[in-house]
Amino acid sequence: MRRDVPIVITAVVGVIFLLSYFTPHPPLNVLHNSASDIVMIIAAFSILLGVLNLIRVNLDKVSKKKRDWPFSIVLIAGFLIMTIVGLFFSKGRNFMEFGTNFRYLYDNVYNPLSSTMFSILAFFIASASYRAFRARNLEATLLLVAAFVVMLGRVPIGYYLSSWIPAGFRLGDVATWIMDFPQTAGQRAIMIGIALGVASTSIRIILGLERTYLGGE
Amino acid sequence: MNFLGKLLGIDRRIIFLFVGVAVALPLCFPEVNLKIEITDSVKKVYDIVESLPEGSKVLIAFDYDPGSMPELQPMAESFIRHCIRKKLKMIIMGLWPQGSVQANLALEKVLREKEFEDIKLQEGVDWVNLGYTAGNEVVIERMGSNIKAVFAADHKGVKLENLSLMRGVRNFSNIDFVYNLSAGYPGTQEWVQFAVDKFGAKLGAGNTAVQAPLVSPYYPKRLLGLLGGMKGAAEYEFLMGFPATGVKYMFSQSVAHAVVCLFIIVGNVAFFLNKKKKRQGR
Amino acid sequence: MSELFGLWLGALLTLGIFSFLYKDNPFYKFCEALFVGVSAGYYLVTSYWQIIVVKMIDVLQVGFDKMMVLGYFDFQNWLPVLGGIFGILMLLRLLPSIGWISRWSLALVVGTTAGLYFTAYLASNGMIPIKETIVPLELTYPKLFLAHTGSFLKDIPATIWCNFLNVLYTYGNWVVTLGTFCGLIYFFFSKEHKGVFGGVAKIGILFLMVTFGASFGYTVMSRMSLLIGRVDYLGTAFGEFFKLLK
Repeated sequence: MRRDVPIVITAVVGVIFLLSYFTPHPPLNVLHNSASDIVMIIAAFSILLGVLNLIRVNLDKVSKKKRDWPFSIVLIAGFLIMTIVGLFFSKGRNFMEFGTNFRYLYDNVYNPLSSTMFSILAFFIASASYRAFRARNLEATLLLVAAFVVMLGRVPIGYYLSSWIPAGFRLGDVATWIMDFPQTAGQRAIMIGIALGVASTSIRIILGLERTYLGGE
Repeated sequence: MNFLGKLLGIDRRIIFLFVGVAVALPLCFPEVNLKIEITDSVKKVYDIVESLPEGSKVLIAFDYDPGSMPELQPMAESFIRHCIRKKLKMIIMGLWPQGSVQANLALEKVLREKEFEDIKLQEGVDWVNLGYTAGNEVVIERMGSNIKAVFAADHKGVKLENLSLMRGVRNFSNIDFVYNLSAGYPGTQEWVQFAVDKFGAKLGAGNTAVQAPLVSPYYPKRLLGLLGGMKGAAEYEFLMGFPATGVKYMFSQSVAHAVVCLFIIVGNVAFFLNKKKKRQGR
Repeated sequence: MSELFGLWLGALLTLGIFSFLYKDNPFYKFCEALFVGVSAGYYLVTSYWQIIVVKMIDVLQVGFDKMMVLGYFDFQNWLPVLGGIFGILMLLRLLPSIGWISRWSLALVVGTTAGLYFTAYLASNGMIPIKETIVPLELTYPKLFLAHTGSFLKDIPATIWCNFLNVLYTYGNWVVTLGTFCGLIYFFFSKEHKGVFGGVAKIGILFLMVTFGASFGYTVMSRMSLLIGRVDYLGTAFGEFFKLLK
């Protein structure tokens, strides 16, 4: 019951979606569309699950006074403020419109925090390049040269550094050639490899051979 | 420890300082105009939009969050500007929860511009924001058969039957061009796999620079055009004759790249000289 | 005034995150925790107004009206009930004693995804790229050379440059085909990479190194762009601050 029913559900739904690719006619398309509509709603509840789990973990941290528990209070407070403002104090369905309290929090709290979190990676990438990027062998040198050409060729400075070179061989042109030919070849090889892996994993899941998604007992 | 050893073991905060200055200093010189070379992949998106007749329906999918704003927001603004100039109808949606808010931000900014002061665009007639829906690729696949099954109403709850723009729009065959702004999953790859390969939609995309190499194999046969990173945004602004954020940031971008290249060169030179010195010392 | 306050609040939070570059500190941890909490709140609000209200409540309302007023049962309008039931089963994961029921909802999602991915990846990322790799390998350059030898000899330097470019792009097809084939050979780990097979795999690695180098270059571009955006935002905030001081 605990493991058999989910495996049967996976198999049945998987086969419906597989077959409906080839025969998009009733009753398969009706089952396909109904399953899709249900999955879209389940996806929304999954978001809710994630959020509730986050709050539960942090409430546990606060109650047991674990390490850094005061910051969990900040987390919960931030969550409650955003939720209450969004649900009750932001013109209902028009909560995203300019001028609502929710938009104010989005523009002045969420937006700066989210943007800055990803922007600090720029510093770390520069530091990592300096410390770890070494041309120790042919492969590393090739990687380094390709990175250099693309980094400089894709910005205006590449034009100014190589304007003395005949057209077609400037950094920008070489960068474009690298992206159009060898890079595409490598990416395609990776893409085909991944496609074969995904196809085999999918069929294993549908056949019930792969059950790791069910978790433990 | 010798000089080379010290150079190799330098505190990373000094490197951070160099990067910070390299990025901040050029922003103090906004009047510097650098040459923007136009690439084919960006020109193709521009040409496709230029060729669309007035009243054509364009679906713009905002699949990114504020973390990718500096790269994708200029692209979004340029594209919306182009659509308004060409009097195209815009159907906006998002597969990321933040997508529809980012769309609102872009629309509000463009509509406030002097060029469009006298143009009174009507929501539901000239553009519609369908909002966000969860489900990732399942959403795209379902839209291929029936958009109304996915979006029963727009983001304000107005039913699609009551919006003149959405009348007659059943699926991708009723949409003239799909433009996807993507920062990851779900994104351009899913749009190609389902909208293009399964339903034959015409797709162009704007991606972050991290994503662009991953989707470049789809160009040009399945992905008709591709804007990659802030350079792509700058190129599109240049083509539009409206240099904005993308063009403004190019000087800073160039200097930052040069600094990173310099760090790599210095690091390698120091490493190999140090290695040689140690070998000689033995 | 509230706009100005919002700008400074954003700038302060930005500086809080940047303070991590110097050292991990309580100000950074505060901003990080606030970010996580606010994100969670944003996701909940958006999911409620844009999915639960629009896709469930409104659709059920229409179904209910159809049943009560028009007297007929439209299955499509009652499908959200089934979705809601599976959704609630998913939420039961939070209760350890009956959390196993959530596997049913998970199975539905996994089955859907597996079914979609099998065909999508195999077709879009498998068969179509293979088809696109099979490109004409016709050697157009020697034909051109033989056909236009006379004009080539007249203007040798320009001819060499021009034709070298043509060669580069004509042989681009060879590069793509060779690169894809060798790259795929590299990823075949069921056979030891020795002899001719190993040699081909080695060429594959070289192509992959170029790919990764290009990806690295683009990654640097992306990260720097994000930083430029943030620094510009800080510049705007400080600019407003100095304007106010004046």
